[in-house]
Parts: sequence; structure tokens; C-alpha cells
Amino acid sequence: MNLLQTTRLTKRFGETRAVDSVDFGVNEGEVLALIGSNGAGKTSLVNVVSGLLRPDSGTIVFRGEDVTGLSVHDRIRAGIARSFQLVNLFDQLTLLDNVALSIFSREDLTRQLFALADHHRAVWEEAFEILRQFGLAISATQLAGGISQGERKLLDVAIAFALRPRLLFLDEPTSGVSTREKAPIMDVITAVVRLNKITAVIIEHDMDVVFRYSDRIVAMHQGSILASGTPDEIRRNEAVTTNLLGAAHA
Amino acid sequence: MSTVPLTLRARSPMKALPWAVPVIVLLFALPQTIDPYKTILLTYGLVMGIAALGFNLLLGYTGLLSFGHSAYFGVGAYTVALMFKYFHVRSMELFLLGAILASLVVSALFGFVCVRYTRIFFGILTLALSQVLWSLAFKFYGITGGTDGLRVPTPTLLGLPLDTGGDKILFLARNYYYYVLGFFVACALVMWVVVNSPFGKALQAIRDNETRAEFVGIHIRRYRFVAFLVSGVFTGIAGALWVPLNGLTTPDILYWPFSGEIVFMTVLGGFRTFSGPIFGAVVFNYLKTSAVGFTTYWQALLGAILVFLVLALPAGIVGTVVQLFPLLKKRLAR
Amino acid sequence: MDILVIHLFNALLYASVLFLIAGGLSLIYGVMRIVNLAHGNLYAFGAYVTAWVVGQALAGAHPVVLYLLLPVGAVAAALLGAILEPTLLRPFYRRAEEYQLLVTFGLLMILEDLMRFFWGPYPLTATSLFEKMGSLAIGESVYPRYNLLVIGIGVLAAAFLWAFVYKTRFGVVLRATSQDMRRASAMGVNVNRVYIQAFTIGCFMAGLGGAIVVPGQSAVLGMGVDALVLAFVVVVVGGLGSLEGALFGALIVGIVREFGVSVFPEVELAVLYLIAVVVLLVRPAGLFGRTA
Repeated sequence: MNLLQTTRLTKRFGETRAVDSVDFGVNEGEVLALIGSNGAGKTSLVNVVSGLLRPDSGTIVFRGEDVTGLSVHDRIRAGIARSFQLVNLFDQLTLLDNVALSIFSREDLTRQLFALADHHRAVWEEAFEILRQFGLAISATQLAGGISQGERKLLDVAIAFALRPRLLFLDEPTSGVSTREKAPIMDVITAVVRLNKITAVIIEHDMDVVFRYSDRIVAMHQGSILASGTPDEIRRNEAVTTNLLGAAHA
Repeated sequence: MSTVPLTLRARSPMKALPWAVPVIVLLFALPQTIDPYKTILLTYGLVMGIAALGFNLLLGYTGLLSFGHSAYFGVGAYTVALMFKYFHVRSMELFLLGAILASLVVSALFGFVCVRYTRIFFGILTLALSQVLWSLAFKFYGITGGTDGLRVPTPTLLGLPLDTGGDKILFLARNYYYYVLGFFVACALVMWVVVNSPFGKALQAIRDNETRAEFVGIHIRRYRFVAFLVSGVFTGIAGALWVPLNGLTTPDILYWPFSGEIVFMTVLGGFRTFSGPIFGAVVFNYLKTSAVGFTTYWQALLGAILVFLVLALPAGIVGTVVQLFPLLKKRLAR
Repeated sequence: MDILVIHLFNALLYASVLFLIAGGLSLIYGVMRIVNLAHGNLYAFGAYVTAWVVGQALAGAHPVVLYLLLPVGAVAAALLGAILEPTLLRPFYRRAEEYQLLVTFGLLMILEDLMRFFWGPYPLTATSLFEKMGSLAIGESVYPRYNLLVIGIGVLAAAFLWAFVYKTRFGVVLRATSQDMRRASAMGVNVNRVYIQAFTIGCFMAGLGGAIVVPGQSAVLGMGVDALVLAFVVVVVGGLGSLEGALFGALIVGIVREFGVSVFPEVELAVLYLIAVVVLLVRPAGLFGRTA
């Protein structure tokens, strides 16, 4: 079932077409990897769909609804969430706080000025449970600014996850992390995503990660979609291998 | 699952309350032990403490440095003065009501304009707006008395008649002190709840990472605006409480260096803590009064202290204490 | 008609002084990205030094000597700036903007009392120069020749600065550093030296503003604080970091103030600050600024 569909989506930066008339679709329940060399347009595409940038033309339909003109806030309400390539956390708040904020926001509780946050037991329990799922429970009361890079990447995903989205965009969830930490992190993320039946789009550069964890791969090049298919299909696709992968994976 | 209550209890803001009790008891007992002039000085300190608390909601919790908070202080003060001048109001409660309404309106107006910006532009904008008010107070001397200002006599508290036999000093050091103390405790309690509320958490999120806060579904501008309102009203209340103490209001409290003083005292105490601004306000008040009595060049002295503060003790007095004593930290950190 | 000309000259007079102050502030911000809250006090310092040298210390000297000594306030302000930058400002470049505002606010307080210490709480004048130049007849009115000198100096300063920033090698270095400090540094520019030079020039400009203003009005405590807010209005209107912006901003403020004072004196100041607010709302970068 088609969860997200963009039609002729375009975003220009001056002369450059970062996103060039892209028809991008995501099916419900799948884990989709979005690959491409630097500048291919992957992050721009995600930025436009998530609402960080406004497209120049084209439409975005999510769960049958046209969300092209919606604000970031409304898109989150509709069920789209994302994490960031350069980790974006609330550094002076604890891990619990970081996740709890998503929940407070989701439940529209952030309007409350005259009630103590701590009294919302259910929120904190859910936040703790999410941290546990992401393997971060031990550091629950530490400040987000003081944990390791791997933990920070996981927390960024956890914050987005706590919004209970239908569609989760993860922008390079393993970038900046040592090679031996990548697999454990991806294991956790995909486990949580699949367990909760969340559709995920993961931007990744590491091909081992891509081939191992995704159901489907979409390859982009210079703003357009080059190819789309299962890992095997992509591996055999000449256009993809020449432009992106290099002979090693052919 | 059962560890959550434990971790929560370990960092609950309620843990800070036991520390507040002895302080409040001390404040209640103080007038019995120190002379009236020192009590009045403390009253000034408590009033500025309310202003600093309001100011710090924006700085410490929302990450916005306003250089124009003199505007709300002045609005509160002048509302009181004008209510007396034109409507012959004497009731402190009515004064406060008027001040709250006036500062709410002004904060809403200014806040609407200012929260579209951050950092330098926010600071300059708040400064420029407060200067608009200053220039109005300065120039329309028919209404505001210009540089001479407006006089305000002692108000009636809670509708009760003055029972100090016309001795103004005694009135200020006793009745008015306790009145201000009551408001101080109430304001501190309200602010404490606000910063520990889900709203308060959202503000801190906006402070730490605006983009992430947006992508967690928080309306940045809206929340900053509400913070601005609360901040302005608190400072307006302080301004209203200040006038009877001073007996007089002049454009000086609308002039931008006064905004600088509010920033100074907040930073002095420590803007990353809840109690820092209060402490800083009281200390700054004593500091300034002592400095003025000590040397003609008290401004340079205070300026040097500020420079030293920013260089060596950026966390402020309370902030530094909190950092140096981890044990104390676990109890005072909320 | 002649009244109109006089109003125009007054506007230009005000604009000249404002340009020097605001231009200095903008230059410093453009290159170093700091807002110096004590900038107004460098203007005041320049005024005091000139007033003291010309009006007191060497009051009996030959008028030509006095004219030549007029810029002494600018030089003094520049020297002060050269001392302040490495000692008080450099430690804060890596820290949050808020701390810069705080330290310069502390500096403001120190400088204010420094001037009180040296020259006392009473105004300092140097009116002899002003009087010696006499007045010019404009139609049926008279206008002080000294004011025209000030306008002339303002125009010269603008031209000189423009040439300096756009035509000299140092100007190129200055502009490169202001656009991309890291790249300039990577290309071998001694950023620390550029910073101290830019700061000194900015202070020189402010000091010059004070120096030329003082024969016409006295040096008085608090003039720096007053001037700073006006300088802010100018840079907000013209754009923070832009010299052309400071020029046009100063002209706009000068004209509005002059005609505002004659038409509706009470709201004159309020209107100025409101202009700043309106500009910030409509075009936050100012007329010529860039959103740094």
C-alpha cells in the first residue's frame, strides 16, 4: 500500500536542481534505503518531504492526503517524523527529557504551564520504555550533551520515534560512528522499527548497511531517481553500479 | 519499568522545596532582628528578585537575551503612578491589577514583534522598543511629569487602614515588607511550577535546539510569545511593587541601562539556575548600595565586577556553587 | 526657503556625526561580528579629550593650532580601542554572543566613570573654535560656519572610508575577513591583526564624531549612552555591517529627526525608535545589510 507518493517534486537552489521532478513512493511497512553520492539530492528530498524546505513545484501525498503545503507541525501531526544527519539533540536536558518532550508534544501536553511535568507518570514511563528499546536506559538521567556519539545517534532516532510516526525518515543514522558500532546501532533501529510496524526511509552511504537492512533501495543521482528495487536488483543494475557503487559491489 | 519512579524521584524538582523552607522562615524573621533601613533594602532586593525571575524565564530557560526589560518594569511603575494621579487609587491590589493588565498588553505588543528574531536582533529590537517608551515618558511631561517623575503615596494593603501612626519608614519596613514577601513567595512558586511544567520543558527544548524542537512538533514562535508574556507580567508586577518603596517613579527605570542592570543581576546570580537570579538581585542591590556609599566611581566598580564575572565566573554565584559541590547540586539543581 | 536650507544643514550635521559613530559600530560588527555596547562611550571619550585639549589645556594657543588639534580625540579613542580589543574583547570571540554584550556593557560602565574621574561631573566645552568661525548668511538667517565644517568632515570621512575599504589592499583584507574569517585565515591573513586594526578604525571614527561635535556642544557625562541607542537605530535602518547602510541610515535618521523636531517635538525620539522597529520587521537585514 502506498504510504507516501511525491509527484514531479522539484527543489532548486539557484541554478542547481537538488530535487529534479522526482516521483518518489514509499510502501507501508517497508524499510527503504535511499542511496546516492554526495549531492545526489537525498537529504534535500527528505528535507522537502519533512517540511524543512518548501518545494518549488510538485506534490506530496501522504496517506491519501496532500501535505505539500502543510507546516512542519502539521506534518508531524499527520505522521511524518525524522532524525538528522548532524545530530540534533537537547543537549542540556537529560535523555529522559529529550524523549519525554516528543511525547508531551504528541499528546498536546506542552500547553500546560501550571502543572508539573513530573506528575505525568505515563509520559515518563513511556519515555523510559522507549529508551530501553533503544538500549539507552542506563544513561536515562544523563545530559544528552555528555553521551557518546553512537548513543547520540540512537537518541536522535528515539526522539523521532517517540512521536509514534507512520513514516520515519532517518538521515544517515550511522554517520560519524565507528565501523564496529554501525551494525549494533542499525540492529537496534531496525528492530524497533519493525517491531512497531513503522515505515522507514533511511539515507545511508555505507553499502553493507544498506544491503543488509533494507527491503527496497532507491538510488538517486543528480537530483533524480536512478533506479529502484530490491537489494539484489540494485546490485545487478549497471547504472547504479557505475555511478554509485564502484566495481567492488558489482 | 519499576525503575522509572526511582529515577524520577531522584531528580524530582520537589527535592528543592526543603531548601526553600528555611530561607522563607529566615526572611519572615528578619525584620525582627535587623534595623528598618536594612529591611527596606531587602525589600528592594526582593522586588528586583521578582523582576529577575521574570527576566530569566526568557534568558535561562528560553535562550533569549532581552535588553529591554526596563519597559515592563516601567510600565508597571507608571501604571501605578498614573492610576493614582488620574483616578486617585490608593489600593495596592488595584495597583497590581492595573500593572498586570498594562504589562500584559505591552508584552503582547512587543513580544509579537520580537519573537520573530533571535540573538543580536532580538536584543536590539527589545532595546529599541523600551527606548520608545522611555522617550514617551521623557517627552510627555504633562502626563508623566518628565524627568521630575510622578509621586506616589503609601498605598493601602488589603484594604486595611495604615496602623503605623503615619510613620512611613515603619510602614515600609513592616507592613509593606511582609506584603512584598508574600508576593515574592507566590511569584517564586508560580515561576517554579512554570519552569518545571511541560511548557517549561518545551521552552528549554527551544533554547537548546530550535530545529529539533520544531521537528518534535513545538510551535517555536507561539511558545516564545507566551514566555515573553509571562516574563513581562512578572517584571511589571515588580515595577508596581517598587513604586511605593521609592515613593516616586522617573524615566530612569525605562532607560536602557536599567535593563542592563536586570541582566547584570541575573548573570551575577547565575542564569542557568532557578534561584540564581533571585540571589543575584538581592546581592546586586546590596552591592550597588554599598558601592554608591563607598565611592563616587561606583559605576566603574560594578562594571569591573561584571567583567570579572563574565571572564571568571560565567555561571554566576549560585551556578558556580552548584558546579563546585556535586552533592549540593543534586538538591539545588531543580 | 532659507529656513528649509537651515533645516537641511542641521539634518546633514546630525547625519555626519551619526555616520561616524554608526559607521564605526557597523565596521566593527562587519569584520568581527561583535556588537560593542560601549561604542557610544568611545564617541564620548573622543569628545572629552578634544574638549580638554582644545578648550582647556591649550586654550590660549593660536586658532590654527587648535583646528589642527581637533582630531586629537579621535586619536585618543583609537588608542583606547587598540588597548581594549586584545585585553577585554579577544577572550570572548569564541564564546556566546550574550557574553560579548555583557562584557561590553561592563566596559560601558567603566568608561563612563573613567571620564568622570579624569574630567569631573560637569560639562566640558571648547566653544572658542565654534565662535571663531562665525556665521554665514543664508537668505535672511544666519548659520554657523562651524557646522558646515562638520558636514564637510563627514563627507570627507565617508569618501575616505569608501576609498580605504574598496580601493586599498588593506580594505580587501578587511572585506575578506569580514566575509569569511576562516578562509581568510587559511589564506594567510593574520586575523588577530585585522581585528585589532578594524576595531581601532571603528573607535577612531567614533572618537572623531565626538571630537568634531564638541566645539558646537559640550562634552557631558551620559552622552555616550544616548549616542549608542541612536547609532543602533542607524545601523538597524541601514543594515548591520554595511558602511553604505550607515551612511544612508544616518541621512534618514538625520532628516527625520530634524523635521520631526520642528513639526512634532514630543514624539521626535519615539518616531526614531519606531522607525528602527518598523525596518526590523519589514527588512530585518536593514536597507543594505546582510543577515550575517
